[in-house]
Amino acid sequence: MSTETFTKVAAIIAETSEIPIDDVKPDSHAIDDLGIDSLDFLDIVYAIDKEFGIKVPLEAWTQEVNDGKATTEEYFVLENLCAHIDKLRAAKSA
Amino acid sequence: MIDAVSAFDEEGKTLTADCVVPDESPVFEGHFPGHPLMPGVLLVETMAQASGYLILGLKRFVNMPFLAGVKNAKFRNFVEPGAPLTVTASLDHDGSGFAMTKASVSSAGASLCQATLVFKIMPFPARELEQHLRASAVRIGMPDRVLSR
Repeated sequence: MSTETFTKVAAIIAETSEIPIDDVKPDSHAIDDLGIDSLDFLDIVYAIDKEFGIKVPLEAWTQEVNDGKATTEEYFVLENLCAHIDKLRAAKSA
Repeated sequence: MIDAVSAFDEEGKTLTADCVVPDESPVFEGHFPGHPLMPGVLLVETMAQASGYLILGLKRFVNMPFLAGVKNAKFRNFVEPGAPLTVTASLDHDGSGFAMTKASVSSAGASLCQATLVFKIMPFPARELEQHLRASAVRIGMPDRVLSR
């Protein structure tokens, strides 16, 4: 996970969800720790898509979690989310 | 709320539609006595319908957009019975499982309202709903090409 990515994502979450930025940490779980609900998360994903020029595959991630193929931690703990964002950016620029 | 789609620009991801506020409606009895106005919530509904048909058309009626959020709604002028309305919806963002549109309503060139709308996009929860929307799309003049998968 790049520090730059986390800094931008933390700022997006703080602004979108009105959470103090100091409470947004790499090991924070967006849902369990920060209390972000699914509708607020759409705003966050929208801002991430715009900021990084990617399309976060939220539908596929949600489906994987619902099917038991992934845990929520894999996508919604911020350091993991940011690592996925880095991969999506790298794939786009490849 | 929408009477007819006047333009569906696939490349520009924009839909324009027309409708006329009814001269009489039970809504006007309470909103407001002696000063009938189209409620803002119905203007939002009009923008949501235009946005919904835009998304349905762009996605070929595969999934259903459900209104999930209304942002930055502004109501600039009163809308009275009989007013002819033009509603425009443009796709602002095509996300994974969601979409955002920017929509506006005008009358005789005057801006009436605008908003950014958020839609959660899901499989149709009922075949009946899909059939109803397809029939409505035909009625309001959505292009044939967007009705087939």
